[in-house]
Amino acid sequence: MLKRVHFPTSLLPYLLVAPQVIITLVFFVWPASQAVYQSFLIEDAFGISTEFVWFENFIYLATDEQYLDSFGRTIFFSVCVAVLSMSAALILAGFADRIVRGATTYRTLLIWPYAVAPVLAGALWVFMFNPTLGIFPYLLEFVGVDWNHYLNGSQAMMLVIFAAAWKQIAYNFLFYLAAMQSIPRSLIEAAAIDGAGPLRRFRDHIFPLVSPTTFFLLVINAVYAFFDTFGIIHAVTQGGPANATTILVYKVFNDGFVGLDLGGSAAQSVILMILVIAMTVVQFRYVERKVEY
Amino acid sequence: MIENRPILNIVSHVVLIFGVLIVALPIWITFVAATHDPVRMTQAPIPMLPGGYFWENFKQTLFGGGLSGTETAPVWRMLLNSLFMALMISFGKIAISLLSAFAIVYFKFPFRMGFFWLIFITLMLPVEVRILPTFEVVADLGMLNSYWGLSIPLIASATATFMFRQVFLTIPDEMLESARIDGAGPMRFFWDILIPLSRTNIAALFVILFIYGWNQYLWPLLITTETDMTTIVMSIKQMLEAAEQSPQWNIIMMTALLAMIPPVFVVVAMQRLFVQGLTETDK
Amino acid sequence: MASITLKDLVKTYGDVEVLHHVDGAIEDGEFIVIVGPSGCGKSTLLRMVAGLETVTSGEIRIGEKVVNQLEPADRDIAMVFQNYALYPHMSVRENMAYGLKIRKIGKAEIERRVQEAADILEIGPYLDRKPRQLSGGQRQRVAMGRAIVRNPQVFLFDEPLSNLDAKLRVQMRLEIRKLQQRLGVTSIYVTHDQVEAMTLGDRLMVLNGGYVEQFGTPIELYDRPATLFVAGFIGSPSMNFLPATAGGGALILGNGASLQGAGHASGSVTLGIRPEHLLPDENGPIRVSVQLFEQLGANTLVHGVLEGTETDVVASLPGHVSADPGTIMGFTAPAKDLHVFDPATGRRVEE
Repeated sequence: MLKRVHFPTSLLPYLLVAPQVIITLVFFVWPASQAVYQSFLIEDAFGISTEFVWFENFIYLATDEQYLDSFGRTIFFSVCVAVLSMSAALILAGFADRIVRGATTYRTLLIWPYAVAPVLAGALWVFMFNPTLGIFPYLLEFVGVDWNHYLNGSQAMMLVIFAAAWKQIAYNFLFYLAAMQSIPRSLIEAAAIDGAGPLRRFRDHIFPLVSPTTFFLLVINAVYAFFDTFGIIHAVTQGGPANATTILVYKVFNDGFVGLDLGGSAAQSVILMILVIAMTVVQFRYVERKVEY
Repeated sequence: MIENRPILNIVSHVVLIFGVLIVALPIWITFVAATHDPVRMTQAPIPMLPGGYFWENFKQTLFGGGLSGTETAPVWRMLLNSLFMALMISFGKIAISLLSAFAIVYFKFPFRMGFFWLIFITLMLPVEVRILPTFEVVADLGMLNSYWGLSIPLIASATATFMFRQVFLTIPDEMLESARIDGAGPMRFFWDILIPLSRTNIAALFVILFIYGWNQYLWPLLITTETDMTTIVMSIKQMLEAAEQSPQWNIIMMTALLAMIPPVFVVVAMQRLFVQGLTETDK
Repeated sequence: MASITLKDLVKTYGDVEVLHHVDGAIEDGEFIVIVGPSGCGKSTLLRMVAGLETVTSGEIRIGEKVVNQLEPADRDIAMVFQNYALYPHMSVRENMAYGLKIRKIGKAEIERRVQEAADILEIGPYLDRKPRQLSGGQRQRVAMGRAIVRNPQVFLFDEPLSNLDAKLRVQMRLEIRKLQQRLGVTSIYVTHDQVEAMTLGDRLMVLNGGYVEQFGTPIELYDRPATLFVAGFIGSPSMNFLPATAGGGALILGNGASLQGAGHASGSVTLGIRPEHLLPDENGPIRVSVQLFEQLGANTLVHGVLEGTETDVVASLPGHVSADPGTIMGFTAPAKDLHVFDPATGRRVEE
């Protein structure tokens, strides 16, 4: 936490932390507390009078079918994104870990979607699945699937899941590969001498040994799907059709900036904050445990 | 290699190549679309092989008025805006994080832990969840439509501070003791010893932050109303909306290509630093 | 060059006192070794002199000046660290010059001093290398060079040889001694290795549990250890300790055997005899049941127990000796080589 020796106390450390502390106070703590405060208010339609209503906004959300639907949808979306991209990454990393030459080349070819902005990823996928022009709807027609994510809610959901998972493969792949490469070679060799074949070794040894990474990635992917996918949704579906892809972050934005329901949007923000804090705590628990190893 | 199984090796490569193809496919289609003329891009099925209009599209996108029928800034201007924003965010974050991590690790002062927790809070509050009130603060400070407004609210970062704290903690105490015996004061120690010793960590963090900054979307979308301040990443969305009336996919895809080239280049060219930065900041 | 005076030094961490009223006067040009087991406070004491630890109470003077409140840089000292603490991103030359540069000494003067130190230490060819390109011994020299160029009043060494292999350690030990004699700079050297302490120091300060057990020349410590701790710590193999009863000019051992000597003591005592002072004598009073031999070539260590007791005894005999386990060997010891301690206080019973 602190060095055994340190510089004598003076004004200097305060000056050093000042920039970060000021920015944190002005742009993080103050807005967050504003959000909490506003979540207790209801503003009339004209913005003239506000009323302090305690938890009314929250109670309303708890009974609002649209909000509850959105909550369930967000969880479904997150689980699909995490499972899809993590399993793809796990398989690719498993094979990349096996091969002697070319592992870095494959890594180079696999990591760069990380650098693509979510909104761009959305644009790419929306183009590939454009109902009139896209290559996939064209191919799907041959198997009798009529693709139109502008009209079909489940297809829209599939599309945003694909785009979100695609972008996250790179990240998961990197962490899985690093975890596998840090497994001592002798351990895998011992398993081979015990007569375990490659598949069995993967199932009995490699997969259990990278389970801390799996857990870590689950949290990271959940945070990603909850918050960082705003750009994808905004570009691909704008939450539609008929709210079929309105996840929580999108709803906060939509109700606040488009619907101008400040109290309701603020209450949603507060719920999201609690979710983030919970996930951060879980993640830190994990990091602490890992440090002890 | 544990055992010699040629078939398994071939399978490994086949699976990996298949993976690479899936990962690359969207980019390939983007690239192909950016090399055709507008008319070809209205006919289904769209082409899978490059055409001959790359330079025309490139010039029209970069220096022309962009998409006809939209009020956007020229793409070179948007690229410049994105570059400024990304650089300000990365340098700003690195600078303030280095300073505060230095204070927290190397000084013992009242409220040290208080400051530490205050910084820690930022880790828990992504901009998306406090977007409205933050927007109000920036509007009240008159920072809308400015580079300051684009970058400063995104600058405070607990992750970078934590990373530097971690790095500083691994630097042996004797470095400081030795420097003190040599007569170096705090800031001298910071510049002469700490910064050079953290060089690769700073570079690794820069790679991550540059991508983070460049790819910002929601925040610039809210903060900028003047077309002059538009960033390249946000412009895609406006173009997509316009595309619903008059699709010019060749231009849209060229813009997308231009928007992803800088961060992709940074990741691929500085791969080692990128991997280091990613695994360090997220721990 | 300067003398160093430690007066009633106390160091506490929170409620724990780790150094208890340490006194000591170090003369100009003297080489002092502070020796003791790990955790005895020897490094803390050195770091207090360096200014890296605050002084809880008491006084440290370098020359005539009280330095308690001075920053390390203002004490005119140089320090060699256990892990050398070389700046990894600077070349050897820059490492050595850094302190001078901060003191705003002229370029030419810095260059001259670095060159001079490099010549003394024979590290001239490595001046432009980075520390990681050097071997352990070379790094050690650079660390010394960094201390030398400053031309300080005092050298402080914090276990500087403990990261080297055994052979190099012996060699560097001699070089440090020669260098110090040549430069004549007052030096304090901390180590846990008693052989290093004996060979290097003009005088040794033996610390144990934050107390100074004894402060004297190596020979004084060997010949007249002031406490049981010093007696056991100095000398290898360690001194034998036998419980005994003194009276009427004789010592009665645990098995009833009687030794002449130690006329000044009475009552229950601890008798100390160094292994090398046990002389084989078939009729000697100290009868040892042999358990095993350690053949070292030049001499042989005989391990056994005092006959009829559980007390371990080690004797060091010249040349090659062997016998079957269980054999009884007789020893005698000259009266001048018997050390008598009070088992209650652990202090030497003075004549």
